Amino acid sequence: MSAPLSADLAQIGKSVVIKGELSGSEDLYVDGQVEGSISLKSHSLTVGPNGQVKASVEAKGIVVQGKLEGNVQASDRVELRKSAVVTGDITTQRISIEEGAYLKGKVDISGKAEKAAGK
Amino acid sequence: MATVAQNFMKLFRGSSSGSPAETTQVPQKLTRRSSGLGELARLWESETPLCILDLGSTSPTNITFFTGRGHKIYSEDLLVASTEPHLVTKDEQGTVVLDSRKFLADNLLYPAAQFDVVLCWNLADYLDESLVRPVMGRLWSVLKPGGMLLAFFHTKDAGPESPCYRFHIIGKDTLEMQRIVMRREARRGPTGAIHTAIIDGFRLQRVFNNRHIETLFRDFASIKFFLARDNVREVLVVR
Repeated sequence: MSAPLSADLAQIGKSVVIKGELSGSEDLYVDGQVEGSISLKSHSLTVGPNGQVKASVEAKGIVVQGKLEGNVQASDRVELRKSAVVTGDITTQRISIEEGAYLKGKVDISGKAEKAAGK
Repeated sequence: MATVAQNFMKLFRGSSSGSPAETTQVPQKLTRRSSGLGELARLWESETPLCILDLGSTSPTNITFFTGRGHKIYSEDLLVASTEPHLVTKDEQGTVVLDSRKFLADNLLYPAAQFDVVLCWNLADYLDESLVRPVMGRLWSVLKPGGMLLAFFHTKDAGPESPCYRFHIIGKDTLEMQRIVMRREARRGPTGAIHTAIIDGFRLQRVFNNRHIETLFRDFASIKFFLARDNVREVLVVR
């Protein structure tokens, strides 16, 4: 499966290994290995089918097709595709999980919780 | 009943093809009414946000069901976790068992009294003998006082080939049961080489009678049984 094409999309190929803090102001596609933290704030992260991310992740949207280990915070939505293997807590406004995806962790829909608390 | 060694032999029957996550059968889905679930339904309809632990296979349906009602859901598939090869050890008699200390060092790592509800489904029937009591002990500690645990047990009429199901909540007291079928998946071995492992579901390890179930949950405050027509006994326990 190839990465989606976009003018503002940075890609980390499957042979690339990165350790440390990653931040940016464009969408990011990770098909390699990343260990540390990823902060994209108002942009999206896609973990490709070969991607192995061991990091806390903060982004607007997060799509996982590969492996992700760490807590995930999305200001908009999280999508776990059928090949996703996620270990960590997910905080997001919206989530979609395909049949076959594996999740070990918490799902917290932040918008709902805030509404309930405000009642 | 299957031994630990047999289960692990099944996991590593190799083949040269490396196609990942290949489903070989269409999963069979059935629906059933659940009195235990019906009892719990009044909790999820309340306005108070709950903390729920689902110990079955990751179920998008259950996650949507609970998060849509403003609850927090934790998902942890303990049956899959129990197939980790590093758990295999031998006891003092030389019998192959699973190391419950290692298992609990990697799984069910939550603060005490964290959950309002634990959905145990049929875990105890399919989990290896060496893990059942330690896991139930840990579940007691992570439940809040007054918290509830729902578990299903086969009755004596169930055969050893009784299929293992995943459970999806589709209504107040209705479950969709999806059989866990054989699938093939690629795994990276210790040397880095890709091997193909066969997972053909889980075998019923034992049949608990009422006395066994009461003993298993003896630390809990109360226990309620619901008999169903499909050779399954539902149990709702309160910490």
